[in-house]
Amino acid sequence: MTDLLEIRNVWKRFPMGGLLSRAHIDAVQDASFSLTADKPEIFTIIGESGSGKTTLARMILGLEQPSEGEILFKGQSVSRNMNREKRLEFMSQVQPVFQNPFEAFNPLKRIDRYLASTARQFLKTSDRAKIDAAMDDALQKVGLSLKEIAGRYPHELSGGQLQRCAIARALIPNPPLLIADEPVSMVDASLRMAIVNLLRSLRDDFGVSVIYITHDLATAYYISDRLIIMQKGRIVEMGDARVVLSDPEHPYSRLLKASVLSSEDAGQGKLATNPDMVAEANRLATMPSSRLQERPDGRLVRTYEGA
Amino acid sequence: MDTVLDVKGLKAYYLMKYFGISREVRAVDDITMSIRRNEIYGIAGESSSGKTSLIKVLAAAMRPPLEVVDGSVRYHFNGEEIDPTTASKEDLKRIRWKHLSYIMQGSMSVLNPVRRIERTFADFAKEPLGLSGPAFRERVEQHLSSLKLPPSVLRSYPHELSGGMRQRVTIGLATVCHPEFIIADEPTTALDVVVQKEVLSMIREIQQKMGSSVVFVTHDMSVHANMADRIGIIYAGRLVEEGPTRQMFFAPKHPYTAHLVASLPRIGDTTQRPALEGKPPNLADPPPGCRFHPRCPLAIDKCRTDVPPLETVDTDHRTACWRWQDVRPLDGAPTGKMEAQL
Ligand SMILES: Nc1ncnc2c1ncn2[C@@H]1O[C@H](COP(=O)(O)OP(=O)(O)OP(=O)(O)O)[C@@H](O)[C@H]1O
Ligand SMILES: Nc1ncnc2c1ncn2[C@@H]1O[C@H](COP(=O)(O)OP(=O)(O)OP(=O)(O)O)[C@@H](O)[C@H]1O
Ligand SMILES: [Mg+2]
Ligand SMILES: [Mg+2]
Repeated sequence: MTDLLEIRNVWKRFPMGGLLSRAHIDAVQDASFSLTADKPEIFTIIGESGSGKTTLARMILGLEQPSEGEILFKGQSVSRNMNREKRLEFMSQVQPVFQNPFEAFNPLKRIDRYLASTARQFLKTSDRAKIDAAMDDALQKVGLSLKEIAGRYPHELSGGQLQRCAIARALIPNPPLLIADEPVSMVDASLRMAIVNLLRSLRDDFGVSVIYITHDLATAYYISDRLIIMQKGRIVEMGDARVVLSDPEHPYSRLLKASVLSSEDAGQGKLATNPDMVAEANRLATMPSSRLQERPDGRLVRTYEGA
Repeated sequence: MDTVLDVKGLKAYYLMKYFGISREVRAVDDITMSIRRNEIYGIAGESSSGKTSLIKVLAAAMRPPLEVVDGSVRYHFNGEEIDPTTASKEDLKRIRWKHLSYIMQGSMSVLNPVRRIERTFADFAKEPLGLSGPAFRERVEQHLSSLKLPPSVLRSYPHELSGGMRQRVTIGLATVCHPEFIIADEPTTALDVVVQKEVLSMIREIQQKMGSSVVFVTHDMSVHANMADRIGIIYAGRLVEEGPTRQMFFAPKHPYTAHLVASLPRIGDTTQRPALEGKPPNLADPPPGCRFHPRCPLAIDKCRTDVPPLETVDTDHRTACWRWQDVRPLDGAPTGKMEAQL
């Protein structure tokens, strides 16, 4: 049995502070996990800002090379030695939706043209009617229509509309794996639920696996099968989403959950974080020697030597 | 009450011509509101309801085809009156950053991709702060550390930073001069909840220290709950309800607000939340009467024909609904009595 996606001991190191500096940052450290081919799932990545989530996503998409380790998609190495044709084939199977829709679109290019070029590229056709049908189909899945966006430039759409266009674009080649980097952070609550339910239906009705990167623990709980929690480049906890979120074990995971703001507190201005929890989480992040340890309920939790 | 910003009957439309046919998108349609000194005013509303358009007018960042077609906007900065829609470039330059600062939605665009962050800070903040050399550097580094950013980000280019780091850099730019009036459009959407809380605290600290005013837009109702003093809800280009934070959450007087505060799941909750029925309104051709009526569970005939005025229903609390007395919190809405369940 081959996995759909396998991440094997992947590291990513970036130089920091200019060419002459020796400093570097390990944006992703020794990440390993896999998604099976026979059961589509929503695999969620949550964690600190700057902890390597987007970097990991970019490596899976082949946009960035791991410094160490290997990423396999359907048993084939993603990163190296892909010729143009293979690369196109790979790209049609693993589609991204990025964090910021304002950055994802070229401001000078009409949205429908952008979608059309995606359709032309992946469906390998220049039949206008087929292209329009594929675009409209994808747009309908996200609650828009070709009629609504025809002729419009990115700045003429709101953030929410733009983000739905980005998802529609990704759906055009019918990919088995979607990598959605904070796809709902810019849309209203109703749309947020609509998009999250859309991801769920992609999984359930179309067999699409989704890597869902988010800061929103509530929607993570709501749709994910499994999740990982990242802190400063390291996976600190991994397991069944509901098991982990109901009762997080790693101090950083616990801090995350404790920091979620609640509407129940409306008007009280509760913005204080527990300084002891913050200090403990920060202390562990600097410990050099650590490993993931399995717990009886199946989750993996990072433990530290001498902690 | 000490008013800093007065908005009266503001209408701002996108006026466009396609092949000779003109088309207008009525993104801001008759909004009247005022912002006081020393308060945080939160704006929420549906995607595409005109929040960013409103904010752009207020922040003097309006570009064609967006135009003010009616109404007025006035700032009162220590005795000086300024209309951001007509002020000269020089006047705007003078008040920008020091008096009025604006954090744009998806705010990457203020960060020049080929300039290191330190250059951008120097460009924007050096003059208003009146500091130079090491003193300036020290002030900036100190400020960034309150946003949990290490000094090394100053040497970085924007693409070398994560989404959340870039967002914090732009918040840093907008707040380093401790302006009197801060306008922020989705300032913390890219942040993890731990950092988000710290950044929000920092913004509030500056606000309280300076007695300044903050107007901010976010879809995250739990941020509004804990950050705002007052909240305004925009629906289809109109202000449909405005009130003190607690009342908006626990006793909303507009059916759209009632929907909004009840709409997100909490951790541990997998029950399907009802999405709002029907399509969002088209701002090029909004429904007659109350714009919410096609989706409103309480709608009666009058709602289909007559525009409800924004009526005062309690101290500081206004709503535009013919049936506000019948609005009740929905299932799953916060009650303020429950232990914040986690
Ligand atoms: N091209 C690059 N050059 C140098 N450093 C980089 C580059 N890309 C990312 N980094 C660094 O790698 C770290 C991880 O960044 P990444 O964008 O993966 O974080 P993230 O988890 O997606 O954060 P966020 O939640 O804020 O989006 C950060 O410290 C960032 O500054
Ligand atoms: N430059 C433009 N030209 C034409 N129409 C525009 C332009 N910018 C925005 N619009 C339209 O104006 C309406 C209001 O958009 P706006 O960006 O103000 O919404 P918003 O409430 O900020 O939404 P979001 O929460 O998604 O950011 C939308 O219908 C949008 O498509
Ligand atoms: Mg990211
Ligand atoms: Mg907006």
